[in-house]
Amino acid sequence: MKLSIDSRITYIASLFLMLTLSGCSTLGVQPWERDQFAREDMALDNEKLDLTLDDHIYFSKEGTSGGRSQGGGGCGCN
Amino acid sequence: MWVQLTRMSEDAKIQAKQDNSSCLELSSLLECAKPKRYKNISKSLTIASLALFSSPSFAGDTVQENSGSELVNNITESEKKKSAESFGGKQLEVTKIDMALLYYQEPNRVTAAEGIVNLQASYGDKSVLDGKLLLDTLSGASPNGAVPQLQQQTFTRPSGNGVYHAVNGDTPLDDTFKDTRLQINGSWVETLSSADKVNFGFHLSREYDYTSLGLNTGAEHSFNRGNSSVNTALGYYYDIVDPVGGRPVAWAPMLYREDFSSQVEFEDEFDKTRQESSAEKQTLDISFGFTQLLNRYWLVQGNYSVSYLNGYMTDPYKIISLVDYTGTAQGYRYEHRPDSRLKNSVYLLTKGALDTGVVDFSYRYSLDDWGIKSHTFETHYRYQFTSTFYGQLHLRYYRQSAADFYHTFLLDTAKEPVYGSADSRLGALDTYTFGVKFGHKLPDGFNISYRLELYQHKPLDNGAERVGQLAELALFEQVDAVIAQVGFTF
Repeated sequence: MKLSIDSRITYIASLFLMLTLSGCSTLGVQPWERDQFAREDMALDNEKLDLTLDDHIYFSKEGTSGGRSQGGGGCGCN
Repeated sequence: MWVQLTRMSEDAKIQAKQDNSSCLELSSLLECAKPKRYKNISKSLTIASLALFSSPSFAGDTVQENSGSELVNNITESEKKKSAESFGGKQLEVTKIDMALLYYQEPNRVTAAEGIVNLQASYGDKSVLDGKLLLDTLSGASPNGAVPQLQQQTFTRPSGNGVYHAVNGDTPLDDTFKDTRLQINGSWVETLSSADKVNFGFHLSREYDYTSLGLNTGAEHSFNRGNSSVNTALGYYYDIVDPVGGRPVAWAPMLYREDFSSQVEFEDEFDKTRQESSAEKQTLDISFGFTQLLNRYWLVQGNYSVSYLNGYMTDPYKIISLVDYTGTAQGYRYEHRPDSRLKNSVYLLTKGALDTGVVDFSYRYSLDDWGIKSHTFETHYRYQFTSTFYGQLHLRYYRQSAADFYHTFLLDTAKEPVYGSADSRLGALDTYTFGVKFGHKLPDGFNISYRLELYQHKPLDNGAERVGQLAELALFEQVDAVIAQVGFTF
């Protein structure tokens, strides 16, 4: 059975997700184990301006936008 | 939840700044210089230590700053209350300023320069305000949608005044493209309890022919000892489109001044192809997300988003070539897109702390009722060379299928479709991003970063039969854009 490129990408992504989730037998940490998450470079909004500028470029040049977060808003960018 | 995790260390910074500002407000440096601010020496030492630890640590450090964070947090909270009471209530205090300048260049096409400033402030210990100001200028040439031809082509400008040309074999570009845009965003995050937060925001974007206004709100709840959180968000945007020369009537033909005996006669006919009033577009965004800490080093995040758009979504400056059986253009029609669109997307991210840096991987799947399906894979890998210098790689791959109504060209003998666009952004498309970034941490909390990226835009052949001369021409031209950025944080 030959799969389309879209189907193959979807399967790879599903596999990636399953491996990520199943790779951890115990989820979560104790309060005293959060040192790594307190690091500045581990914050999800650590590079907020880069992400904003990237979103604007990709919004202007591609057919799909959004998905990561909300609050970008519209523009007539070409 | 993220903010909560980092907030513990931020509290110390806020405390330190409050102490400094109190000195200024007292207008009595002598008072501040006296070593009596903290009568309890152990408290003073604890707060000073926490302030030290809260500054971004080298990735390789194993700082156990949170082991006693609750105790320390309580101390700083009580100190802050004391400070606030001293000055009659809450204080608005700027906690972070980010600035960036970006330059975007497509060879022989669009050039964009963009400046952005983001200001974050705390108001008391439960409110965070965020304001963003963005200004960009755009100039250069943009594809008008027509196919290349072996012979020179002539096009009437969108305003109806004058013409521009495409030389033999080249992708036709409208070289009158120029715009300046101002965008302002604001948000307010309020911590309701140790587990709950709400936020409210607004959006304003204004350019010569487009205005966008928006409001958004969201809520977040954390549980499982702070290891899990769920969130939801809602956004509404109202856009007004007011194109140069008016909105073209759907499928209106491009007219030429030379085909009319007088300017008045031309203008009368040109006006018949245009709708003078502005058009509107409304967008409703809804999203649901979760974040889960997996272990001491890794987390995952997921979002599901639905977006419904209603109103004018046609690009008023884009046209489609009408060609005969030899592939020669017989005329051009203004494109016409549906006036509603429903988009769905799923976004997954995993991010990990390494001894020498940070890495993240993300994937987004999106589909809409225009027929566009897309896959996006993205990763950032940061390597900390020293405690004050890092390098970062950025890779991104994006693939989309074509919208149902995408046509590279139309045959003049075929029946006119209900909707149609030759905009390459709605066609099958691959894009690649390769980027590097370097950042320095300087004294006094000042950071500077540089970013250089290559963004490849590769439209794909949609398989339509190429008639006549079109078989010899490059209909799907690759564009390589360069992105350069410098950023400052303090």
